[in-house]
Amino acid sequence: MNADLPVWAALLVAFFLILGSGLTLIGAIGAVRLKSFYQRVHAPTLGTTWGTGGILIASMIFFSVTKERLVLHEVLIAAFVTVTTPVTLMLLARAALYRDRSEGVVDTPGFDGPPEDDALD
Amino acid sequence: MSGIILASAVTLSQFFLVAAMACMLYRLVRGPRAQDRVLCFDALYIDGMLLLLTVGIRTGSTLYFEAALAIALLGFVSSVALAKFLMRGEVIE
Amino acid sequence: MTRLLPYPLLALSLLVMWLLLNGISAGHVVLGVIVALAASRLMAALQPEKPSLKRWSRIPRLVLLVMADIARSNIAVAHIILRGGHGKGVAGFVVIPLELRDRTALAILACIISSTPGTAWVEYHPGSGRLRIHVLDLVEEQYWIDQIKRRYESLLLEIFE
Repeated sequence: MNADLPVWAALLVAFFLILGSGLTLIGAIGAVRLKSFYQRVHAPTLGTTWGTGGILIASMIFFSVTKERLVLHEVLIAAFVTVTTPVTLMLLARAALYRDRSEGVVDTPGFDGPPEDDALD
Repeated sequence: MSGIILASAVTLSQFFLVAAMACMLYRLVRGPRAQDRVLCFDALYIDGMLLLLTVGIRTGSTLYFEAALAIALLGFVSSVALAKFLMRGEVIE
Repeated sequence: MTRLLPYPLLALSLLVMWLLLNGISAGHVVLGVIVALAASRLMAALQPEKPSLKRWSRIPRLVLLVMADIARSNIAVAHIILRGGHGKGVAGFVVIPLELRDRTALAILACIISSTPGTAWVEYHPGSGRLRIHVLDLVEEQYWIDQIKRRYESLLLEIFE
């Protein structure tokens, strides 16, 4: 463990670490507590937006201070996660809707539009 | 002083992340349906990636960053394949 | 220019990615430029549709708006979860009629809606331009329709069309 970090940097890193992991934990609690699948889709987005963001900012501050140069490669993970999680969530929500419709689950919104229009491709 | 702050913050956030992974694992086992399981699988790899980043801060090594990047890349591909599988029952159409 | 650099944005982001991964030095700038040029030439073989950006100046505003909104809805959704799973309203679907037709703009809107906690993109019909989203805390449908249309769609329309 590096002890040669100034106190202000340690406090900043600690703040962002706990913010990020706390939000991720709240999201995970949501995945356990919320009742239906469509409600649970919202839960992991807490962890993938400011949850990931907080920990990446903490990591950037920590390595920039200890290595005494700007370390920004965490931006790549941030960009990657923001672009990819919506894709997964969209595909999952559509798959869930498709399965619910084909099994005739109640409270599923109706199917409007011709079948070949049923995709954003 | 800063060492103590940092050590306790890293330990606390690792505890939070492991607790988050436990919640996701519970939902993964409980289900009730396949889409819940895929959703939790997706969240699990994100949490694992974040855990690796905190390990990187603990040890002060940037090597963990590359492992985290690889997890993010591979996890995305597999959860998209699983979601696609739920949609039609086939991965490649 | 267009033959050497068919996708300037792609080439630039590849170069930035290379430098972020390897560290900035003269040698890596040269290597990164070579990789970026080669990769964007290969990309041209796939002939992707080129997005047409009309107003660059609006992009920073959109980014800041989205980041602030995500922070705000993070707090809102965290409250809902900690209170036991329900907010003031109920969870439900909302259908929004969109005027946006540009594919890239729609993809960006999809990313915004899905990554904001509390709203999830469910499906979109290209024919009618209707979008169905799922909202965690639904008090009034009209509020969400106005929110999406006024906050994001109008800005995206300005940028792309």
